[in-house]
Amino acid sequence: MNILEIKNLTLKKDNRILLDNINIEIWAGYVHAIVGPNGAGKSTLANTIMGLSGYRDFSGDILYEGRSIKNLSIDERARLGITLVFQEPARFEGLPVDDFILAGVKDKKTNLIDEALLKVGLDPIKYRQRSVDKTLSGGERKRIELASIYAMKPKLVFLDEPDSGVDIDSVKYIFEIIKEFKKNGTTVILVTHSQEVLKQSDHGFLLCAGKLICKGEVNKLFEYFTGKCAPCNHVGKPDKE
Amino acid sequence: MEKDKILNELLNSIGMHKMGPDIAHVEIHGNEVLGAHLVEGLFVESESFKDGVNIKIRVKKDTKIKNPVRFCFGLIPENGIQKLNINTVIEENASASFIANCTFPNAKNIQHLMNATITIEKGAELKYFERHIHGPEGGVTIVPVTKVIVKENARYSTEFELIKGAAGVIELDYKAEVEKDSTVDMKARIFGRLKDKIHIKEAAHLLGQGSVGVLTSHIALKDDADATVENEIIADAPFARGHVDCKEIVQGRAKARAVPVVQVNDPRAHVTHEAAIGSVDTKQLETLLTRGLTEDEAIEMIIAGLLK
Ligand SMILES: Nc1ncnc2c1ncn2[C@@H]1O[C@H](COP(=O)(O)OP(=O)(O)O)[C@@H](O)[C@H]1O
Ligand SMILES: [Mg+2]
Repeated sequence: MNILEIKNLTLKKDNRILLDNINIEIWAGYVHAIVGPNGAGKSTLANTIMGLSGYRDFSGDILYEGRSIKNLSIDERARLGITLVFQEPARFEGLPVDDFILAGVKDKKTNLIDEALLKVGLDPIKYRQRSVDKTLSGGERKRIELASIYAMKPKLVFLDEPDSGVDIDSVKYIFEIIKEFKKNGTTVILVTHSQEVLKQSDHGFLLCAGKLICKGEVNKLFEYFTGKCAPCNHVGKPDKE
Repeated sequence: MEKDKILNELLNSIGMHKMGPDIAHVEIHGNEVLGAHLVEGLFVESESFKDGVNIKIRVKKDTKIKNPVRFCFGLIPENGIQKLNINTVIEENASASFIANCTFPNAKNIQHLMNATITIEKGAELKYFERHIHGPEGGVTIVPVTKVIVKENARYSTEFELIKGAAGVIELDYKAEVEKDSTVDMKARIFGRLKDKIHIKEAAHLLGQGSVGVLTSHIALKDDADATVENEIIADAPFARGHVDCKEIVQGRAKARAVPVVQVNDPRAHVTHEAAIGSVDTKQLETLLTRGLTEDEAIEMIIAGLLK
């Protein structure tokens, strides 16, 4: 079953085509990857599906569980079960970790906070007294972000470059929680240019210069990505490939 | 009888009730001292005049007052004036912390004029926290003027909070002179709404070698509120360090200005400032929206953090 279908999605900005007639189907319950070199349009695609500001003016359609969501606001989409983790999570002065983790949770049980923090390998006693501010390291911040997703239990989550700005220690926990999301029935879409992250997926899509180049089961995609994309290193137009 | 009733109302409005014998407290309604309880080493003298009270506070040399001293100032009626002239001395190596609740729960037209001089003697420390509780419609003009002298190796921190109720008109003016190796830390956290007019002036003059000054103003504004923050640090001495931090979140038709002044008169001193004024940060907002919060809920959460 498809949880998400992207139909003929084209997004232009300042007369540049950032996404060029994208058609994608996302099967529910799997870990997917949107891979491609820097500047390919991966984040743009995720941001467009989430409905972020600056990404709302496009042609084509986005179907979530069979219905178009393109006219819904970000929070309406989120309440249907779609969410996204930014490559660089925002810092909030004075916002307690507890409140942040429970932000997307309807039934605000506090034992869920401990459970979520432990899942990403952070000691609740230490972190529950802190704020999601700039005193957290990149890895800590990202793990708290993922703890909040764990608590929210969305149906579909985009993780934009989940390993970026993260120390090696944290990466291990991030890969663990991706498996945990899948176990809990959340469909995961990893947005990444990293081969290591791609390996965490079941299935993926390769994007280059705003175009969908290839899709398939992870081994096939991995081969293509490492074989053809990595050595190519081009920025820009696939028609000049 | 009447007195007890007012005292009760005053304490109720700040959510405070009976305090144990080891907690010092002073309650002043209008120009009348309704209650006072002191502890060892703390001296408070008061003298009423027409619209207010002159108060002398002294913490004796070497005394460390364990529990924060609770002050409650205010007026229960809708209209009136309260003038408080407060002279505070924290003697050498003494330390204390004061919590002052200023409450005007029914204010329609009230003036609260506070004139304080504070001297923190060598090696002494005072932490002062002032919380204002106003009615929903403002109706209060508050003019707190404070001059502080922080002597060698002493510490002074002050925090001004006005989050509940409309601010009304605030004219806050705090000045500190900071001597050798001493520290001053001033914070203001204010939520302005309706037609509130807020003017914050905080100044630290770093006179002594190794002195430190930090001025923080975090303000959220909505409706037609208007705020100006003038924070000034002047560093005269070697190794003096200062920082000014002004953050204002502005919504609706509200207006905000920040005028930081940083001046260094010795090349070995160092003063920094950061100011951010604007609507809610888009990334913060969108992060909370992707969790399913509505825009209003998200903004409320971000502002609560800023004012914490
Ligand atoms: N809001 C935007 N406005 C204009 N250009 C954008 C915007 N977002 C992304 N882009 C451009 O789109 C291209 C793809 O960016 P992005 O999706 O971030 O790439 P990726 O995530 O694959 O590295 C880049 O050239 C980038 O500059
Ligand atoms: Mg990207």
